[in-house]
Amino acid sequence: MTYIVKPRLHHPKLPINALGYTHRDYEGSISTLCAGCGHDSISAAIIQSCFELALPPHRIAKLSGIGCSSKTPTYFLGQSHGFNSVHGRMPSVLTGANLANRDLIYLGVSGDGDSASIGLGQFAHCIRRGVDMVYIVENNGVYGLTKGQFSATADKGSKARRGAVNTDSPIDLVAMALQLGASFVARSFSGDKMQLVPLIKAAIQHKGAAFIDVISPCVAFNNNPESTKSFDYVRAHNDAVNQLDFMVAREAITADYAPGTLETVVQHDGSMLRLRKLAPDYDPRDRVSAMTYLQQRHAAGEVVTGLLFVEEDHGDLHEFLDTVEAPLNALGENELCPGQEALDRYNAAHR
Amino acid sequence: MQPTDIRNPDYFHKVVDCQWACPAHTPVPEYIRLIAEQRYTEAWAINWESNVFPGILGRTCDRPCEPACRRVRVEAEPVAICRLKRVAADNKGDISPYLPAVPKQKNGKRIALVGAGPASLTVARDLAPLGYDCVMFDGDAKGGGMMRTQIPRFRLPESVTDEEVDRIVDLGIETRYGQFIGSLKALLTEGWDAVFVGSGAPRGRELDIPGRKEAAANIHIGIDWLSSVSFGHIDKIGRRVIVLGGGNTAMDCCRSSRRLGGEEVTVVVRSGFEEMKASVWEKEDAMHEGIPILNFLVPVEFTHDNGKLTGVLFEKVKAEFDEKGRRNLVPTGEPHQHILCDDVLVAIGQENAFPWIERDVGIEFDRWGMPKVDPKTMQSSLPNVFFGGDAAFGPKNIIWAVAHGHEAAISIDKLCHGEDVNDRPPPGVTLVSQKMGIHEWSYDNDISNDLRYKVPLRDISVALKDIRTEVELGYDDKLAYLEAERCLNCDIQTVFNGKLCIECDACVDICPMDCITFTENGDEEDLRTRLSAPAINLTQDLYIGNSLKTGRIMAKDEDVCLHCGLCAERCPTGAWDMQKFLFEMTQAGPACRSR
Repeated sequence: MTYIVKPRLHHPKLPINALGYTHRDYEGSISTLCAGCGHDSISAAIIQSCFELALPPHRIAKLSGIGCSSKTPTYFLGQSHGFNSVHGRMPSVLTGANLANRDLIYLGVSGDGDSASIGLGQFAHCIRRGVDMVYIVENNGVYGLTKGQFSATADKGSKARRGAVNTDSPIDLVAMALQLGASFVARSFSGDKMQLVPLIKAAIQHKGAAFIDVISPCVAFNNNPESTKSFDYVRAHNDAVNQLDFMVAREAITADYAPGTLETVVQHDGSMLRLRKLAPDYDPRDRVSAMTYLQQRHAAGEVVTGLLFVEEDHGDLHEFLDTVEAPLNALGENELCPGQEALDRYNAAHR
Repeated sequence: MQPTDIRNPDYFHKVVDCQWACPAHTPVPEYIRLIAEQRYTEAWAINWESNVFPGILGRTCDRPCEPACRRVRVEAEPVAICRLKRVAADNKGDISPYLPAVPKQKNGKRIALVGAGPASLTVARDLAPLGYDCVMFDGDAKGGGMMRTQIPRFRLPESVTDEEVDRIVDLGIETRYGQFIGSLKALLTEGWDAVFVGSGAPRGRELDIPGRKEAAANIHIGIDWLSSVSFGHIDKIGRRVIVLGGGNTAMDCCRSSRRLGGEEVTVVVRSGFEEMKASVWEKEDAMHEGIPILNFLVPVEFTHDNGKLTGVLFEKVKAEFDEKGRRNLVPTGEPHQHILCDDVLVAIGQENAFPWIERDVGIEFDRWGMPKVDPKTMQSSLPNVFFGGDAAFGPKNIIWAVAHGHEAAISIDKLCHGEDVNDRPPPGVTLVSQKMGIHEWSYDNDISNDLRYKVPLRDISVALKDIRTEVELGYDDKLAYLEAERCLNCDIQTVFNGKLCIECDACVDICPMDCITFTENGDEEDLRTRLSAPAINLTQDLYIGNSLKTGRIMAKDEDVCLHCGLCAERCPTGAWDMQKFLFEMTQAGPACRSR
């Protein structure tokens, strides 16, 4: 909690993007989360990503549910659209908004309570429908707002600050997203913006359901050394499968890479993901082997991070339903009320 | 890079840009906070301790602190430090508790002070409370030196000069006004334990061009004329006046002329307007009073009609730069410009003059006729003779004279105690946490977005009527508060402890100026290019912290830090703390001695 407003003054030599904005123009109001909260770092990574992509703030909609994580949209993109929904219901509100106006960029921000407990069903259906969005879970393994009970993503055997041991099996949202058909799946760590920012940028440019699980230590209740969601544990057990460089368009590869260590993914808009392999045999296009690798490493106590799976031409909900190209608010009376003749034709098709 | 050694007093001192730039190293943010709290007396006391003349300097200082102010780098205009100082001086209450007790028992050491200007007065202020017997000589009838004779009353009322000179004289200084020292040799035979020369730079530079001798009756040397005006010997001037020269003395001359009957007063300078030596604000003040400043005109002749001045002939020049970038003024070839006038004031510089120092007395002079003076100790080649102020290194300003005075006083005190004057005392430094509560600090860390407030002026029609009417009215309480709030509290330092840091990035994310980066170490040149925002101001240090678990370093660019304390507020472990760095120069007395 901070009582003063973040000063308006900024560094005189801040870079500006193609729209003439600095990264400060993508900020929201000052965070009321605990000092040092990993969620604030994720907010900063979102700000940096949107700045670097030069996204017009008014073309972004940020939606969230309830919880520490779901408070964060107030703290970034202060000039964007926002919706703070009922607990766990962000995915259905986002789906509705996306169907109504397909032109906006949708940013769903949720937490491990909001998505893995009360909203687990919503999460599952939103992913399997392939809604074009970025779905970020700020995953700290505890219920921070109610003083640190284990959440559904806490690892079995992980210890709370006062020594209580979690006895339940964890829900791995990354594994679920893979199994449910998400076309972009990544995991990262709030303490590693070098990894996180390119992942968010790539996810924003990805068409379809992009899911990022971000481990975000809760400094107040879950940052003790025996917790598997602490800064120390994640840093010590981070198994990054690749390192992503995000390119807005096809650019010449200038750096030298050993053969077989570089993989290039071109997305539908021409943006390019350049993946430097850190785990030699990991193939981010093979859903089944990705799931296997994840399970194996998790059993070994490792936290697998990086771009875990990507499928460029998967498509999204609008394609699957063959909806109208224009957002609904751009349709005029003629398109919305095509007249008796069109209705008759439609009815006849169902006879 | 190596981790920053914050125990070196210079490191955090440099971060307090205003204090670092001030020759006397006055703790500026410390007294500005007191002004914001309307604790004017305490704010005055800090100034008096450090710069001796808060009322005078609050009106006339050259303000080296203001161009250095961090506000210039993050916004545009510096905090009005000088005029806030005046607020403290004008509104102070009972200051008697802050004045030193004058010992009844003297220490038996006799000090002669030549000249009663700011340098000598500072030496007297520092030494008299220690029991020294100080005797101050001056050719003028009153003390104050150039502060009294060369600064016009409409900028500095005589009551302010009287008050601040008397405060020092009342410490038991013996004054011998009207007694001009004509021979150092004779003075030295009187057996003084030390002699301090603070005789200023009393000679105005001459302009020897045709017509100078013939029209001499209406051509005046600026500083002599100002002095005569000050003592009331001159109270009028012709209707049309030309002031030659572009320094602060020229500005005082032209504005004084406006008040003594000069209706068409023109300043003419050889160089370009931008290159004039006068402070920006003094030029503005002159132009505000309807005085045009003409540039690129070189005087070539005083025209006269049988010895009665008629005007000045000027050659038109332009600036050309040679391959080394040096500027030359070359004639444009246009016809000369003749400006008519009744009087001319020549204010083209000042020179030192030491005809009263015999060259065989043991003081070495350099080839420019200046005494060889150690810049740290102010000692001349004659061990018990010290110089300070304009007499030491040529014309500077009051605040430099004060700084010289303090150093000379230390040297004299050490000399009289048989100590090595080259062994200088370290400054007094404290570094104390300002944390009051979980997110509360003992200073106001909320950054003001206000732009610099103008000092209210007296209406020009009133101001020009009487040369004794002060033009600036000074800030009232409210304006002073608002201006004081613009201060960024650069003395409240960001202190980093890497052992406590968990590298959560909270400070990086919250910093409004992108000052903080956690990264791999490298050399300084490399590091400066890969911080959150480029660190291109090489005069400002990088603060390097280590002992981090990941082996990285914390690099903070001090350049544009607002000292808002948000890094410390958002730090979950207390790795950042806001600590007040108070740097006080050691002055003459037991603290400056090694025994």
